[in-house]
Amino acid sequence: MEVTITVNGRTHTKSVEPRMLLVHFLREELGLTGTHIGCDSSHCGACTVLVDGTPLKSCTYLAVMANGRSVETVEGLKQGGKLHVIQEEFKEQHGLQCGYCTPGMMLVGKALLEENPNPTDDEVRFAISGNICRCTGYMNIVKSIQAAGKRMQAESADAAE
Amino acid sequence: MEPSEQKAVRGVGHSVRRVEDDRFIVGRGNYLDDVKLPRMLHMAIVRSPLAHATIESIDISEAMALEGVVAVVTGKDLEAHKLAWMPTLSGDTQAVLATDKVRFQGQEVAAVIAESPYVAADAAELVEIEYEPLDIFVDPYKALENTETIIRSDKEGQADNVAYEWEAGDKAKTDQLFAEADHVVKLHTHYPRSHPAPLETCGCVADVNGATGKATIYLTSQAPHAHRTLFALVAGLPEQNIRVISPDVGGGFGNKVPIYPGYVVATAASLLLDAPVKWVESRSENLMSTGFARDYHMDGELALTSDGTITAMRCHITSDHGAFFADAQPTKFRAGLVHICTGSYDMQAAHITAKGAYTNKAPGGVAYRCSFRVTEASYIIERLVQNAAYELGMSPVEIRRKNFIKKEQFPYTSCTGFIYDSGDYDASLDKALEMLGYDEIMAERDAARAEGRLMGVGIATFTEVVGAGNSKEYDIAGLKMFDSAELRVHPTGKAILKLGVQTQGQGHETTFAQIVANELGIPPEDIAVGHGDTDNTPYGLGTYASRSTPTGGAATAVIARKLRDKAKKIAAHLLEASEGDLEWDSNKFVVKGTDKSVSIQDCAFAAYTNPPDGEEPGLEGVHYYDPPNMTYPFGAYAVVVEVDPETGEWEVKRMVAVDDCGVRINPMVVDGQIHGGLTEGYAMASMQYIHYDDDGNCVGGNFIDYLIPTAVETPKFELGETVTPSPHHPIGAKGVGESATVGSPAAYVNAVLDALQPLGVKNLEMPVTSGRVWEAIQAAKAAAE
Repeated sequence: MEVTITVNGRTHTKSVEPRMLLVHFLREELGLTGTHIGCDSSHCGACTVLVDGTPLKSCTYLAVMANGRSVETVEGLKQGGKLHVIQEEFKEQHGLQCGYCTPGMMLVGKALLEENPNPTDDEVRFAISGNICRCTGYMNIVKSIQAAGKRMQAESADAAE
Repeated sequence: MEPSEQKAVRGVGHSVRRVEDDRFIVGRGNYLDDVKLPRMLHMAIVRSPLAHATIESIDISEAMALEGVVAVVTGKDLEAHKLAWMPTLSGDTQAVLATDKVRFQGQEVAAVIAESPYVAADAAELVEIEYEPLDIFVDPYKALENTETIIRSDKEGQADNVAYEWEAGDKAKTDQLFAEADHVVKLHTHYPRSHPAPLETCGCVADVNGATGKATIYLTSQAPHAHRTLFALVAGLPEQNIRVISPDVGGGFGNKVPIYPGYVVATAASLLLDAPVKWVESRSENLMSTGFARDYHMDGELALTSDGTITAMRCHITSDHGAFFADAQPTKFRAGLVHICTGSYDMQAAHITAKGAYTNKAPGGVAYRCSFRVTEASYIIERLVQNAAYELGMSPVEIRRKNFIKKEQFPYTSCTGFIYDSGDYDASLDKALEMLGYDEIMAERDAARAEGRLMGVGIATFTEVVGAGNSKEYDIAGLKMFDSAELRVHPTGKAILKLGVQTQGQGHETTFAQIVANELGIPPEDIAVGHGDTDNTPYGLGTYASRSTPTGGAATAVIARKLRDKAKKIAAHLLEASEGDLEWDSNKFVVKGTDKSVSIQDCAFAAYTNPPDGEEPGLEGVHYYDPPNMTYPFGAYAVVVEVDPETGEWEVKRMVAVDDCGVRINPMVVDGQIHGGLTEGYAMASMQYIHYDDDGNCVGGNFIDYLIPTAVETPKFELGETVTPSPHHPIGAKGVGESATVGSPAAYVNAVLDALQPLGVKNLEMPVTSGRVWEAIQAAKAAAE
């Protein structure tokens, strides 16, 4: 089947097997290996991408279901050579260790901050509860997302002045 | 060293942000599944649905007929190449692909190699295998009693299901002290079967080049050098032609220490097909067939005097290893270092026995975020001590203080033969209680109890033993446990450090550069750290058992010091001074009493452009470090919980963790390691569990049934530290990656038991699920009526 999917702002038209998972489309067809596979059953969130801005587990979503949609992966976070604030804060707050869950965590964090720029600890924890991290114990992931939110707010306030 | 200069160099003690993060945050890590080679084929494994059955026939014809299938490999094919069986890291053997019978559900029986992973998975479904079921043993006690059904019928002379027997300590003296004891405390408990379940599963890409004979094996490996040697021994490939590359690894936790059948089959297939072969486990394959952990049934006893002095300890372990004894334990220590179970307490004697059982369950017994069974050891003693306090009417704090090894007793030789390097257990406990506000918390607990609420406070004060070897006593499959570092300082003063150890998220690329910075004054950002590629790093035993810093970190410090000594000769030449007149100052040599100096960078440049007469040019070297002793990190953990009496649910209200891992290289990274370990400790205490039904079906073979804490369940941690340097480690560091996983489960369980103490509940088994707590509450109520 032919699908047309916009990934990180670029539109790709490809012929794929109907059963091809979106995560395989991204990794194998487009070579975007920042989206990872951790559990095959949508429990761990390593494969999380944003589809039309909403976090979604790409290991249990067919590529054909993304036809005509816009997908954002970790590779799309850095814009114009500049890291996204959430990327900078994951590094600054030590929000990652092995790095395997990190792309999913950052994308969920970004989606959360767009709706709720100043989330509480519990709100962040609830938002990332579909994403498992085996290394960090989550505390620094929560801090990373909150710190990114604060900076994004400060930057948009600066821009408004 | 002036603080400002130290800051500029940013050596040991600085929370340097991690250099490896730069690739991970943009999605440019290079994990195993990201490795893609030209002409690469994909492998899927056909696994047994039954736990114990003879293989009657295998029909591969339908699978072979599927378009895109290149080969189907069975045990018979491997047998022809003498590859049907392989050695384990614990001196046992393990089937690569089953030839005679299957011994656990999920065992590897055949492998399909195809042009795409989808086709390989399809074809695996088409391999037809007929089985004849045999009696199944999932209970190690029953397996040990039985001599009719021999699970390991393949082993010559094996007439029962005993994998090994082992003992440590002094039986006669222990028996005598127990006979003389005023009080004996007993506990039978099960440290349940768990799985490390790193977020990235295991896998490999085997690329055996038919033209050159070079075998490049990309492997999710915590021990690439050891794996290279074992590949040479198992597959008969010449070792100079084997290159193991462990790329970015998405968590290991012990799961990536053993060699798995899939690696061997993929390598054999690549050799026979002259094409790269990729095999990546599914999550179910990971949980059902590779490296489980724990599964220790423990009978522990403490002998005490009436005033609460512990005189002796006994512990018998029945260890369930599944179908193959596939731990990675030092040869001398079949039950690992479980004889550290006397913990932080000064006692006269101990006697530890262990009996390993073969059962029809997945093989393993890996040390999951743990130095060779130290986790189980720490759990049994910390549970026993709390029980002793209750039975003698003492507080759990008081009994610990009474029995602690005192600061002035170090180095302390334990009654099971360990030489504890350094410690200050009272200081650690003091700090934890102060952070907790112990007296206030206990008053709050008592007030809650008066209201009928179930609030509990649990303590664990653990001592670990990590950083194996020395090489005299410790080995893996005969390979001695030293480790290495190679440091090359380039003419422009930048450096490359290459390690025998490997990182799976611990941050070696940053922290090991800090060790060099500390010793040589080259800033960490000027030092590239290489690891995980056997062609380009010196030999080492790898990263597990918290050994990277104690061994590889020590090797790094020593080689940096050796190069500094050489740089001093160059500095003397440049400054036209004698070596004796020079002193080292952070990153330069200064002529004493003058402002004349040369930097380390000046020395590096001169090493290649203007070496002193008679001096070997260059500024490079390698050091193999054989530790004189292991290191003994310790800590005090305190947990406050409240249990819902109606549902049995328990919630962690406070979790205070004071760790002493000696000198901290990067405090930010250390805290991160502790956060992670406390979470995995909580996971084991509360939910992670691999269970088998009577038919040998694995319950817990996916993330639906195998529960892992998310951010919502995970407690919020309060960290504290004390610093007692290791006296024998070059920079005084002890290792920290596993302390929190080792120490914390007992603290959580002790807290829940403390909450239930007014009801008379004496024991709860991990995982302490709400269901188990509810049942215990009901049973206690029924008993009280």
